[in-house]
Amino acid sequence: MDNSSIVSVNDLSKQDILDLMADAAYFEEHPDSRILDGKIVATLFFEPSTRTRLSFETAVNRLGGRVIGFSDPAATSTSKGETLKDTIKMVSNYVDLIVMRHYLEGAARYASEVTETPIINAGDGAHQHPSQTMLDIYSIYKTQGRLDDLTITMVGDLKYGRTVHSLLMAMSHFRVKFIFVACPELQMPEEFIAFCRKNDIPFEVSEEFSREIIDRSDIIYMTRVQRERFTDLMEYERVKDLYNLENRMLDTSRPNLRILHPLPRVNEISQDVDDNPKAYYFQQAKNGVYARQAMICRALGIKDFKEGK
Amino acid sequence: MNKKTELAVAALRNGTVIDHIPVEALFKAVDLLGIAELDKSVTIGCNLESKRLGKKGIIKVADTFFPAEILSRIAIIAPSAVVNTIRDYEVVSKEPVVLPDVIVGIVECNNPKCITRNEPMKSVFNVVDRTPVTLSCHYCEHEISGKDISK
Repeated sequence: MDNSSIVSVNDLSKQDILDLMADAAYFEEHPDSRILDGKIVATLFFEPSTRTRLSFETAVNRLGGRVIGFSDPAATSTSKGETLKDTIKMVSNYVDLIVMRHYLEGAARYASEVTETPIINAGDGAHQHPSQTMLDIYSIYKTQGRLDDLTITMVGDLKYGRTVHSLLMAMSHFRVKFIFVACPELQMPEEFIAFCRKNDIPFEVSEEFSREIIDRSDIIYMTRVQRERFTDLMEYERVKDLYNLENRMLDTSRPNLRILHPLPRVNEISQDVDDNPKAYYFQQAKNGVYARQAMICRALGIKDFKEGK
Repeated sequence: MNKKTELAVAALRNGTVIDHIPVEALFKAVDLLGIAELDKSVTIGCNLESKRLGKKGIIKVADTFFPAEILSRIAIIAPSAVVNTIRDYEVVSKEPVVLPDVIVGIVECNNPKCITRNEPMKSVFNVVDRTPVTLSCHYCEHEISGKDISK
């Protein structure tokens, strides 16, 4: 594999993450530049994801690069039965970097093995979505001023939510405590609980989203509880409103608390939270552009942009 | 080793005897070795008495010496198995099967959404644990245990 590809957060060391955070902070200060002048980036979206694609394309445009690609595989040779390998090899001839999203798990890893062109994984099925994780961590870093000595509470669907799994793995490099709040059906999978135990990462598991937990948290990471995740719809009806956040629940919370959410949200965060200064989910999405600018430069091996342009 | 098994091994002039296969893994081992495609004489013993396993399976294949890569397949499902090489009625080597660190192109990923199930490509698994055997797909990172290997 080409080492400059970014396929999984598990490939990133603590230093890699810290470097990416520092670069993201630089791009927040200097969003527009000509660093990618003359470079072409492909955004290959084998499944639609407008939000992620626009964020990546904004990042490339702000760096002065150009974008080619597709947002709907129905219009490509994939619909004629072309293999992923062939598509990637063909596109590699044209571009300096490929940003890809695919509905199959492991697709980005495979792509990184069939081409010399660096790959950034923009999501592969339920597996990995490293740019989401980097923007989540950047949001934590920016709002808390540090990544150590934090209590991070994850709420909602912890079983199927890949964002919480990747965030847990990436934040395990730092001194953090996790509180997992979910109904038993959607609790954190055993493999991640075992990972915490093995690595001496402090954690608590709670079925109740209580004020006491909120008051101890520095970050609350909300996720959506989806109806289709339940085999027992009675169980869904029972729990669907247990993990909703309302403004009044934040009355006695820490001043530095920030609420994150990967979006889109439905009703798990009440509209009245939006005006609370502790609500951070919209700025979090904006941070995605800076985090992605940092990832693009890393994947292209561009290091000297701070001194140069 | 009981007398019957000893006789069975001794009866082979040249070939391979794979012994100490757990009974539940025996027919998977037959599949993994590609026995059905061989035209040599093959004896498969099932539910034989074993001090180590209680009951065991055994596979004897005449005039066939499997390459190490093929034998390592057995280690995935039967890590306790022992491979005896017989030449001119003599056991010339007796080696436990060896599980490699990486298994390429043998095991199928159980995750239907894995890229390896949808592209014409070889599967790649990393061995994350040896007792019990646990493998992790190099692509989708889905973990499977030796007993859950379907192919």
